[in-house]
Amino acid sequence: MLEIRNLHVQIEDKKILNGLTLTVNDGEVAAIMGPNGSGKSTLSYVIAGKEDYEVLDGEILLDGQNLLEMEPDQRAAAGVFLAFQYPLEIPGVATMTFLKAAMNAQRKQRGEDELATPDFMKRVRAAADKLQIGQDMLKRALNVGFSGGEKKRMEILQMALLEPRFCILDETDSGLDIDALKIAADGVNALRGGERSFLVITHYQRLLNYIVPDSVHVMAAGKVVRSGGKELALELEANGYADYRSQAA
Amino acid sequence: MADVTPMRTGAETALVDMFPAVKASLPGTAKVADARKAALERFQAVGLPHRRIEAWHYTDLRGLLREAAPIAPAPDASAIASVQSAGDPLGDIDGIRLTLVDGHLVPTLSALDRLPEGLEVTPLATALAKGHPLVDAHMGSIARAADDPLPALNAAFVSDGVVLRVVEGTALDEPIIVRNVLTGDTPAATFTRILLVVEEGASVTLVENHEAFGGVAHQGNSVVEILVGDRSQVEHVRVNARGGNGFDLSTLGVRLGEAATFRSVALAVSPAVTRHQIGVVFAGEGASLSVGGGALLNGSQHADTTLLVDHAVPHGVSRELFKHVLDGEATGVFQGKIVVRPDAQKTDGRMMSQAVLLDDGAAMNNKPELEIFADDVQCAHGATCGALDEDLLFYLRARGLPLPEAEALMLQAFVGEAMELIAHEGVRTVLEGVVESWLRARM
Ligand SMILES: Nc1ncnc2c1ncn2[C@@H]1O[C@H](COP(=O)(O)OP(=O)(O)O)[C@@H](O)[C@H]1O
Ligand SMILES: [Mg+2]
Repeated sequence: MLEIRNLHVQIEDKKILNGLTLTVNDGEVAAIMGPNGSGKSTLSYVIAGKEDYEVLDGEILLDGQNLLEMEPDQRAAAGVFLAFQYPLEIPGVATMTFLKAAMNAQRKQRGEDELATPDFMKRVRAAADKLQIGQDMLKRALNVGFSGGEKKRMEILQMALLEPRFCILDETDSGLDIDALKIAADGVNALRGGERSFLVITHYQRLLNYIVPDSVHVMAAGKVVRSGGKELALELEANGYADYRSQAA
Repeated sequence: MADVTPMRTGAETALVDMFPAVKASLPGTAKVADARKAALERFQAVGLPHRRIEAWHYTDLRGLLREAAPIAPAPDASAIASVQSAGDPLGDIDGIRLTLVDGHLVPTLSALDRLPEGLEVTPLATALAKGHPLVDAHMGSIARAADDPLPALNAAFVSDGVVLRVVEGTALDEPIIVRNVLTGDTPAATFTRILLVVEEGASVTLVENHEAFGGVAHQGNSVVEILVGDRSQVEHVRVNARGGNGFDLSTLGVRLGEAATFRSVALAVSPAVTRHQIGVVFAGEGASLSVGGGALLNGSQHADTTLLVDHAVPHGVSRELFKHVLDGEATGVFQGKIVVRPDAQKTDGRMMSQAVLLDDGAAMNNKPELEIFADDVQCAHGATCGALDEDLLFYLRARGLPLPEAEALMLQAFVGEAMELIAHEGVRTVLEGVVESWLRARM
C-alpha cells in the first residue's frame, strides 16, 4: 500500500505540491485527474525520487518504507515504477542492453541471481509480442527515433519486465491514437491483479474507458481536492476543470 | 622586449646530455648518424615546447616533464619471457604480430618468418643500419623533425620499430598488430617508429597496442608515418593502456593518395600525460578520411589530441570525432584544425569534439579551427563540454540502475560512438572492453 501524507514540495522557490494526501490500497487502480500545471507530473517524479524537487514536509510510505529516504534505484528495486510522460531517448544504449541492465540491477539489489541470457531473451520476446513491439525496435538504441506511441509501448514493456509493486502511469494516453491506446491499456490490464497497485495520471477521461479505475482523485494547485469512484471521471469530462481552478485559486 | 630563451630545464639538459652517451649504441649508417645529430641540434635550439608556443599552449611539456627518464636497456631474456607469459590483450584476434619490448623488436615474438604474401616487414634497426629504400624515400617526410620537437627527439634517439610495405593490390585479411611493451620496474624512455607504405589498391589494418608492466612512469615517444597509396584502404588503431604514471608522446603523419580511404582511432586510458598529434595531408584527389579517438582520465591526468587536416587537393572528405571523459582534476585538450587550400574545391570536412566532465575539478580545452581558402566547400566544426545529462541519469536510475552503473552505461555509449569508427570488429570489441574496464574501475 502507498500512503502519501501532507506532501509539500517546491522547485526553485516555487511551491508545487501543497499538502497532498493520498492512499492507494493493495491491488487498487487509482486515477489522478487534473488541469495542466496542477502538479501531477511533479507528484510522479517525487514518488520516483527525482532530485530537482525539494520536499518541505510530509511523507511517502510504500508498505511502510519511507521512500523519501531512498535513492531512485532503491525505490525501483522496492517496486516503484514510473512510466514517463515523456520517455527519454538514450543514444548509443541498445534497448536490449538497457533492459538487461535494469532487470539485473534490480535483482541484484534484492539479493536475487542475475538472469541468464536465454531466460532474459525469452521474457523479453513474450512481453514484446503482447505489446506488438518488433525485433527491429528492440535492436535500436533506447527510444531513439521511436514514434510517440512506440515510446509509450516501450514504457509498458519495461513495466511488464520489471514486475513492479507500484506503477505510476503519467499521461500514458497522450500522443496515442486509439489503436495504440488499446494496446497500451491491454498491456496495463494484463498486469493488474494481486497486490500490484496503480496510479494512473491523465488529463482526459478517455484512457479510463480502457483502464477502468477503482478510485478517481481530482488534483488542483498541488493537492487532492476531491475523490470519488469511477463516475467522477465522467462528471469531469462533462463539466471540465473550471470549478476546481477557481476552488484552488 | 625580446623573448629571452629560458634556462634549460633539468629534463632538457638530461636529454641533450644523454645523446653523446648513447649515440654509438643507436643503429644507423653514417647518414643516419648525421640525421640524428641534426635532429638533436634542432631540439637543442628550441627545447621542450611550452605554453608560449601556440600549438602547446594547453600542454606545457616543459613544465610537465620534470625529469627525462634514461633510455630503456635492450630487453634481456627475462624481460622477453615476461612479455611472453603476460598474455596479449589482443590475443583473441588473429593477426600478424610484431612485438617491441623496451623499444626493440623481438624476432621470437614476431611473425617475421611467416608473413603473408604481399607484406614485407623490416626491423627498423636493420633498415637504419643497412640502408633501406623506403626509409631513404619516406622516413621523416611526413612527421618532420624540422617542424616539431617530438619527431625531432624521436629522430635523434630512435632505437627500433618496423618498416612495413604492403605491395600493390594486396588485401591483407588479418590486421598487423604491433605490441609496444615496456617491462622495466624503473622509469625508462623509448623512442620507436613505424613506417607503413601501402601501395596502390592495397588494403591493411594496423593496430598499435602500447602496454607497460607495473604502472611505472615510463616515457614513450612514438612516431608513425603512413603513406596511403592511390585507391588503397588503410585502417589504423592505437591504444595507449600503459596507465600508471606514464608519459606518452606520439605523432601520426599520414599522406593520402588519390581516392584513398584512411581511418584512424586512438584510445588513451589513464596516462599521466599524453599528447597524440595527428597530421593528415590530402595529396591525391577524392580521398576520404575518418579520424577519431577517446581519452579516459582521472586524478591529475592530462590528455592532448592535436590534429591538422590539410586538404591540399579537391574532393576530399574528412570526418573527425573525439571524445573525452574527464574525472577528478583531469585535463583534456583538443586542438583540431582543418585547412582547405585554394585548389581544394568540393572539400567536405566535419569535425566534432565532445567532453564529459564528471567532476567540478576536471577541465576541457577545445580549440577547433577552420582555415578555408577555397569557396566551394562544406566544412563545419563543433565542440561540446559538460556533465552527463541529469534527466537521462534519472531515467536510468528510476529503472533500478545505481548511479555509478547509470553513468557507466551512458559513458560507454558516449565513447562508443568514436569506437564505432573502427571497421575491424574484433579490434573494436577489444577497445570497447578497455573502455568498459576503465568504467568498472570507477564503480
Ligand atoms: N523543473 C521545473 N522548474 C520550474 N517549474 C516547474 C518545474 N517542473 C514543473 N514546474 C511547474 O510546476 C507546475 C506543475 O507542473 P507539473 O507537475 O508538470 O504539472 P502537470 O503534470 O499537472 O501538468 C507547473 O506550473 C510547472 O510549470
Ligand atoms: Mg504532466
